[in-house]
Amino acid sequence: MAAASGHSNILLTTLDKGMRWARTRSMWPATFGLACCAIEMMATGAAHNDLARFGMEVFRASPRQADLMIVAGRLSQKMAPVLRQVYDQMPEPKWVISMGACASTGGMFNNYALVQGVDQIVPVDVYVPGCPPGPQSLMHGILTLHDMVMSGEAAR
Amino acid sequence: MSNPPDIVTGELEATGVERPPAGALEERELWLSGTEAAAGMGRWTGEGPQEMAPGDAGIALAGQMGSLVDDDYIGEERVPTGAETQIINMGPQHPATHGVLRLNLELDGETIRRVKPVIGYLHTGMEKTAETLTYAQGSTNVTRMDYLSPFHNELAFSLAVEQLLGVEMPPRAKAIRILMTELNRIASHLVWVATQGMDVGALSMMLYGFRDREPILDFFEKTTGLRMNHNYIRPGGVAADLPDGWEEDVAGILAGVPKGLADYETLLTENPIFLDRTQGVGVITPAECKALGVTGANARAAGVAWDLRKAFPYSGIEEYDFEVPTGIHGDVYDRYLVRMAEMRQSLRIVAQAAERMPPGDYRTDDRKVTPPPRARLDQSMEALIHHFKIFTEGFKVPEGEVYQAVESPRGELGMYLVSAGGSKPWRLHVRAPSFANVQALPVMLADSLIADTIATLASLDPVLGDVDR
Repeated sequence: MAAASGHSNILLTTLDKGMRWARTRSMWPATFGLACCAIEMMATGAAHNDLARFGMEVFRASPRQADLMIVAGRLSQKMAPVLRQVYDQMPEPKWVISMGACASTGGMFNNYALVQGVDQIVPVDVYVPGCPPGPQSLMHGILTLHDMVMSGEAAR
Repeated sequence: MSNPPDIVTGELEATGVERPPAGALEERELWLSGTEAAAGMGRWTGEGPQEMAPGDAGIALAGQMGSLVDDDYIGEERVPTGAETQIINMGPQHPATHGVLRLNLELDGETIRRVKPVIGYLHTGMEKTAETLTYAQGSTNVTRMDYLSPFHNELAFSLAVEQLLGVEMPPRAKAIRILMTELNRIASHLVWVATQGMDVGALSMMLYGFRDREPILDFFEKTTGLRMNHNYIRPGGVAADLPDGWEEDVAGILAGVPKGLADYETLLTENPIFLDRTQGVGVITPAECKALGVTGANARAAGVAWDLRKAFPYSGIEEYDFEVPTGIHGDVYDRYLVRMAEMRQSLRIVAQAAERMPPGDYRTDDRKVTPPPRARLDQSMEALIHHFKIFTEGFKVPEGEVYQAVESPRGELGMYLVSAGGSKPWRLHVRAPSFANVQALPVMLADSLIADTIATLASLDPVLGDVDR
């Protein structure tokens, strides 16, 4: 049917766009607060910075209900398997934001205890720099991810 | 560079500790680290030994891991042990464990019989990292430890280093340190009241607490450049003077926070749901506090009038007028009352510090510790050399050891620092208040109801970065 009419692309791209839009408007983060960054992540969700403006105030305690994992803080070797398990439990499509220097690269702790970047454990879409990143930085990272999802760059 | 003390051949002999046979290098290293029992067992990464074993029905379980003093169960009659129990796991990924704490709970129906906290999920190796950083860099490391009270971490470390150096702080540096640490105590307790409220169902507390914390963090950002992890208090003083207009900012905080506190008390203090969830819950006695090393507001809520600001004053805190609030019952509700009162006392100290803020330098004028002013570098070769030495090699600290503790929002935060005479610590051990406080959880929770776990855990105010370091 589609091939005969030649309009399949119009129909499907519009549907795809609608789906992407829906995904960005209600991207629910899983709570994965680890260290200092978790406090800034909570501050981002609280009234002053109000993540609800982006439809994201619902931090889900269960990874089964979440689309986005914000890895907020330093990841120790002991915690790494837990991170992977929580990530695996999240349903597709899912995205990961690596928040802060420790999560992105190990930060200032180049030692035996820390995983030197969570991208060794899970695929990361957006890295947010800072130690810890302020709420504005985190929101910028989230909006960057929204743009990537809308443009199809961060498709899953 | 002087060599570190040789603990293998040296001091241990004097203490009469038996040494392993020479030559067995690997064994010796294991022995030194205290992990020789684990060698060859192939359990380095497995978590087997950490899991809670099923309790023996014939043994009084509370005696194993439960209450030290058999007095603190307020509520229902104790169910006889020997009933069927189950062990459930909570955390490390759980919204109410305040980080990555993991608890093994043995349940007898709805009643908790035993609790075993499992820690280490945020172990960052900071004590080891401290050995690779110079004293000037050390604050950067320790400030990330207890991330809700970064100034206290920096202060304890700086005071320890200064004690070894034997340098005296100018009055303004002392007053700035008191101002910042007490503001930090308020900010930390505001996060506590926010999360405690949220954990017992008062969700709006979460929003209020974080709202009222923002002006304090804004002031921190203005002064130090960062909202958290400031690295502002350093050995030798503070990093920068207070910014222009700090008086208005502090006055704004002094005016704003009491309004917030009054709001919270309207919401919580006589709220019947809050009372039901907190009164008689998570009780700990003064004897248990002392036995387990519980300090800070948790111990004071049990009636232990112990505050390091009074007992071992630091940074000139003895010149300030404030009181140490204590509770009576040692339950969650008294911890709430004590922390609310502590915030008011901290406001008093902040007001006094702002009022008396002495003029002068914010760093010591000891040129071996403090870099010379920037302008001097163009004029004096000596200044250039000092500047270069301080920022490349770092200043040297005389050989010795010191224990310095401060009253952090969580309790006694101590730094045990050993210097071998170099520009880096030979060893830094941290006596973390949260670590000792979490250790009291089995005592607090034994024979209480499972719904009280969250309220009790939140009331301890543990910061897992402080527990695991």
